[in-house]
Amino acid sequence: MAAITMNELVKEFPGGVRAVDGLSMTIEDGEFFALLGPSGCGKTTLLRTIAGLESASEGRLSIGERDVTDLPPGERRVAMVFQDYALFPHMNVAENISYPLKIQKVTRRDRYAKAEDVGEGLALDGLMDRRPGQLSGGQQQRVALARAVASNPTVFLFDEPLSNLDARLRLEARTFLKRLQRELGITTVFVTHDQAEALALADRLAVMRDGKILQIGSPRDVFTSPASTFVASFIGSTPMNLRPGVVRGDAVSVAGASVPLPTSSVGSVREGQDVVWGARPEYLRWSPEQVDGGIKGTVTVTENLGASVLVSLEVGETFVQFIVDEDDEPAPGTEGWVVAKPERTLLFDAESEQLIGAAAKDPAVSPA
Amino acid sequence: MTTTIEQASTHPRAESMAFARAALGRIGRYVFLGFVIVFFALPVLWLVTAPFDRAPALRLSFPSFTLRNFETLLDNPYALRSLGNSLIISLGTMALVLILAALASYALSRVRIPGRDTLLYMLLLLSSIVTGTAAMVPTFVLITELRLIDTHLAVVLVMAGGLLPAAIFILKDFMDNTPKSYEESARVYGASPLQILRHVVVPIARPGLATIAVWSVVQVWGNFLVPFILLRSPENFPAAVIMFTFYTEGGQPNLALISAFSLLFSIPVVLLYLFVSRRYGFRFYGGIKS
Repeated sequence: MAAITMNELVKEFPGGVRAVDGLSMTIEDGEFFALLGPSGCGKTTLLRTIAGLESASEGRLSIGERDVTDLPPGERRVAMVFQDYALFPHMNVAENISYPLKIQKVTRRDRYAKAEDVGEGLALDGLMDRRPGQLSGGQQQRVALARAVASNPTVFLFDEPLSNLDARLRLEARTFLKRLQRELGITTVFVTHDQAEALALADRLAVMRDGKILQIGSPRDVFTSPASTFVASFIGSTPMNLRPGVVRGDAVSVAGASVPLPTSSVGSVREGQDVVWGARPEYLRWSPEQVDGGIKGTVTVTENLGASVLVSLEVGETFVQFIVDEDDEPAPGTEGWVVAKPERTLLFDAESEQLIGAAAKDPAVSPA
Repeated sequence: MTTTIEQASTHPRAESMAFARAALGRIGRYVFLGFVIVFFALPVLWLVTAPFDRAPALRLSFPSFTLRNFETLLDNPYALRSLGNSLIISLGTMALVLILAALASYALSRVRIPGRDTLLYMLLLLSSIVTGTAAMVPTFVLITELRLIDTHLAVVLVMAGGLLPAAIFILKDFMDNTPKSYEESARVYGASPLQILRHVVVPIARPGLATIAVWSVVQVWGNFLVPFILLRSPENFPAAVIMFTFYTEGGQPNLALISAFSLLFSIPVVLLYLFVSRRYGFRFYGGIKS
């Protein structure tokens, strides 16, 4: 069990691409930590650098009290679960699980006893003689997890652990993964491009882009007060409405309407400032009658989300999306108003795209 | 009315014509296939029957059964010994090719060096020269300088040199198809490069290694030129060369000896194929039969 500390960590590939660009942060002992970002943002490279599969170009990395920057992967006491699980196809489940112990020169008897033991905890008993090719995707994932557990690591590293499972199984595996991590209490870092996965699993998460960390925080922090428009549009199952506006007194003029100034930015804006107004579709309320501070528009498209409906409202040149209960679904062509609670909306500076106001916390890495 | 009658009358005729044409076509095809089969089967039949014939000739006849040809063969001081030599040379070459090709192809598959593919293609193109006629004089001189003339080691080295490029080329394809995450996974758990090769890469590339093993044995087993040039004394000759010495006093090919020896000569290769096919299965991998 150990915390992971990065100090000005850089990974530069030949050709000058900086996949990890001067990161400093600490992942706490026992924490379930998510690295989230679009593809190519450097999150997998960072994970591989922690594992030791890539060597850091600059900076230091320590796990627990040990500086592991120059240690080979085998001596870092980390366990990594790969996206394709990387189970050895020529070994059966028991051999796969006990492979780390074989390297550690544990006797055959003890190895298999341990494999039995770990496998049982992961509902793999009875599958010990099978080859990976004879297992389902979920079972393969559990074998990969069992192998990681059997190696008795101080840190778990998961590279897109759920992306190879089909949608329904993914939900089950998600719960399973979280329970496993809670039971073992081992520091876990996982990489994902799926914001829902990161929000659901992580104790804390880091949003990355271009090798830099844009924001670190709890899922709730990142969801309710995203540090920038990029984070705001990346987090959330339906993208946040981000529309340009201008501050006018204690209101913002957006899309031809005047909406109340978001509570978080009161006192932090100046008259006439160009801003970006942000409101999550979930936090917008639909009203067929005129409301104060509402935005008027015409319903163009409705998308069924099951118990709720995502509605696109055409407002002049632009559009705003909001979510209504299935019973209140407006017909396309209907005119009406959407209104947002001031405490649920945000303002971003139009130029720097950073969050304005009291809720804005210092991101761990100051923007370059 | 007339048209319908005509149609009705022409219809069965056309049908029988089509049937006749199809039948003729089919007969023609079978006759052709029959010829092809006979063409290829005759030598094999000769190989099976002639050794047991009292008076083997270069034609197919129902044999008057005898085992005398094999007795003559056993009396020949070099015959069995040469099969042993063949075994030593081909297994030695196989071992050398397998070990070196496995290491080289693994390295070439994993390490990025500029011009790697060009290098491989060049080696592949030039490899046929090593064991070919054109390079025989320099090869002979080289082996003489190394004082390896008339040793099995010389044959093994030259044959391995000729086979390695193709072996590396084929094996690299297998190594390329082994996902990197397998090795990285092993590395994270602390495996050394040699352990990774032994535990992960070699088992996965096993069908490819089996292919290379069979292929190199067959290549060496049937090669005449290289051992003929590099070996002096008859007790060192492999089977393919010793067959060249089976003449009667009259200068005629001794068919009794040659036929019996040919049968013995071909059995190990057939057995090897059967063994490997059963053990590893011959499968298609990325266009390369393995």
